[in-house]
Amino acid sequence: MKPPRITDTTLRDGSHAFRHQYTRDQVRRVVAALDDAGVPVIEVTHGDGLAGSSIQYGFSRVPDLDLVEEAASTARRARIAILLIPGIGTRKELREAVRRGATVARIATQCTEADISEQHFGLAKELGMEAVGLLMMAHMIPPERLAEQAKLMESYGADCVYVTDSAGAMLPWQAAAAVRELKQALRIQVGFHAHNNLGLGIGNCLAALEAGADQLDGSLRGCGAGAGNAATEVLAAVLDKAGLNPALNVFKLMDAAEFILSPMMPFQPMPDRDALTIGYAGTYSTFLLHARRIGEQLGLDPREILVELGRRKAVAGQEDWILDVALDLVRQKQAAVAS
Amino acid sequence: MSRNGKVKVAILGSGNIGTDLMYKILKEPGPMELVLVAGIDPQSEGLARARALGLRTSVEGVQAILEDPDIRIVFDATSAKAHVRHAKLLREAGKVAVDLTPAAVGPYVVPPVNLGEHLDVPNVNLITCGGQATIPLVHAVNRVSPVRYAEIVSTVASRSAGPGTRQNIDEFTSTTARGLEVIGGASMGKAIIILNPAEPPIIMRNTIYCIPDDDEVDRDRVRESVERMVAEVQRYVPGYRLKNGPHFDRRDTPWGERTVVAMLLEIEGAGDYLPTYAGNLDIMTAAARRVGELIAQHMLTGAVA
Repeated sequence: MKPPRITDTTLRDGSHAFRHQYTRDQVRRVVAALDDAGVPVIEVTHGDGLAGSSIQYGFSRVPDLDLVEEAASTARRARIAILLIPGIGTRKELREAVRRGATVARIATQCTEADISEQHFGLAKELGMEAVGLLMMAHMIPPERLAEQAKLMESYGADCVYVTDSAGAMLPWQAAAAVRELKQALRIQVGFHAHNNLGLGIGNCLAALEAGADQLDGSLRGCGAGAGNAATEVLAAVLDKAGLNPALNVFKLMDAAEFILSPMMPFQPMPDRDALTIGYAGTYSTFLLHARRIGEQLGLDPREILVELGRRKAVAGQEDWILDVALDLVRQKQAAVAS
Repeated sequence: MSRNGKVKVAILGSGNIGTDLMYKILKEPGPMELVLVAGIDPQSEGLARARALGLRTSVEGVQAILEDPDIRIVFDATSAKAHVRHAKLLREAGKVAVDLTPAAVGPYVVPPVNLGEHLDVPNVNLITCGGQATIPLVHAVNRVSPVRYAEIVSTVASRSAGPGTRQNIDEFTSTTARGLEVIGGASMGKAIIILNPAEPPIIMRNTIYCIPDDDEVDRDRVRESVERMVAEVQRYVPGYRLKNGPHFDRRDTPWGERTVVAMLLEIEGAGDYLPTYAGNLDIMTAAARRVGELIAQHMLTGAVA
C-alpha cells in the first residue's frame, strides 16, 4: 500500500450541511487551515456542483465562483478543485471556474450515465486541468458494470475515477470489490469517496486503500451530506498510524476541525435516525435536509419518504421527487383514513 | 394543396422520432396528407415500415422532397448539423420546415403558447423535450402573475436518451432555460436534466418551479390557469398529466423569502412506435404533428381568403 492523495471536500460536500450558506470569510479561513496542514487538493463549490444554486437544491448565499476565487487566492500550496455535474452545470461555468483559479475539475455522473460527461472532460483537458471522474451512487450496480462506465471516463481523458458511495450504503468488502475491479480495468488512478451513513466512512476508506485506491476524499469533522464523509483529520491520524501518511500534519488538521470548522457548523452530521435510514435504504445523502423540511411541513416521518425514494430508485440529484413522494404519501394516508 | 383539399407533408429522417411521427400523422392527419418518408439508410426499419403502410419512401434524403413541388410542409427529424443544410434548401424550395432537431434555425414554438405568432415563417423549431413539457405551465403561471424566476427539472429514463442528447447535454440545459424566458415569459430561467436508469424505465417526469413577482399571488387563479393549460396540452399529448401540485411553498431565495409554486408533471407516451415511458420523445413528435396541423390549417384558410 502507498499513501493516498487526499482531497478535502469540506467546502463542497460540506456545503450541503451548511445549506449552501458559506461566506467568503468562512472559505478563506478553512482553506488557509487546510493549506497549512498540507492538504494538496481542496474542493470548493455548491454541494451540487457549479450552477447548483437553485430551488431544487437550495440557493447559495455567495455565488460559488466567488468562493472558488476566494479559495484560489488564499491557498499557497493547495490546488483548488470544483465539482461539475453534467445536466446541472455546463462548460460555460467550467471555463469561468478556471478563470477564477480552479485547476482540478471533478466531473460527476450517476454511475450508469458516464457518457453524458464527454464534452466536459474534453474541455477540462483542453483547459489544462486535472480531470477526475466521480461515478455517483456506486452501490447501485455491480463492480463489472461500474468498471465499464469508468473506462468511458478514462477514454474521455479522466486522470482518475472515483467509486463514489453517495448513499453511504456500501459495506467495506463492497467498497473494496468496486475499487479492485476499477484498478484492474483502468490504467489511470482510482479514488474512493465515502459517506458515513452506516458509520463506515473511515472503514470503507481503509478497505478501498487496501484494494488499491490511489485517492481518497475527506472533510473536516466529516462535514458533508447525510451523515457526512470520512473526517479528514481522522483519516490523517489513521493513515499516519498505518505508516501511510501523505505528508499531512495531523495535529494541524485536528486544530482546523476543532477550532476553525466546528464553531461554524450548523450541526454535526452523524449517523442519526434519518441519515442512517439513507445508508440503509440506499438513497442519495443530500436528500436528508430536504426530506426533513418537507416531512415537517406535511407531517410525515422523513424515514417514510426516504425509504420510498429508495424503493423508487431515485438517483443523484432527484430532490424534486422528495416533494412528489411526500404528497403521494399524504394522499395515501388521507385515503386510508377516509375508507 | 392536393386535390383532396389537404396539405401534402413529408417526413425527413426515418429513425425513431421520424417513425413515431409517421404513425401519429397517419393516426390523426387533420388537414395534412403524408406523402413521403425520406431517409438515407436503405436498411432503416422506419422506411420498411413506411413502405409496408403503402407510403412513398426515398433513400435520397432531402433530394426526393425537393423534387416534389406539391410538398408544402417538411418535418425534419435528422440531426442539427443536417438540418442547417436542409433548412436552406427547403426555404429556397418554398417549403415550411418543422424542425425537431436542436438546430434552431427558426423561432422556437410551443403550440398552445406562441405558435400563433409564427404561422407564416419558413422554419420553426421545437426547442427541447423539456421545453415542450414545461414551458406551457410556466406560461400558465406567468399569465396570472409575471414570473420572476422559473426553474425546471426534467427526468427521463436512461433508455430514452439517445446519443444526440447525451453528447450535447449542455445544449439541452441552455436551450431549455432560454425557452423558459423567451416563450414562457420568465425573467430568468434555469433547466436541469437528470437521466434515471431504473428498470423498468420510469415515465418522463418534469418538475416546474416558479417564483411569481406577486408574492401574494391568487392561488386559485394559478390553479385554474394551470388546469386550463394542462387540458390544452392534453389535446395533442394525451399522456400529459399533472401528478401533484400546484403546491405552494415559502422558500429562501436570492430575492428573500418568497412564494414558490411547484408543479409535478408526468408524461406518458402514446406508444405509437416508441415505448410509453419515453414521454420525452412522444411530446416532441406530438407537438410536431400539432404544429404541422395548425400550419396546414392556416395555409388552407389563407388560400380561401
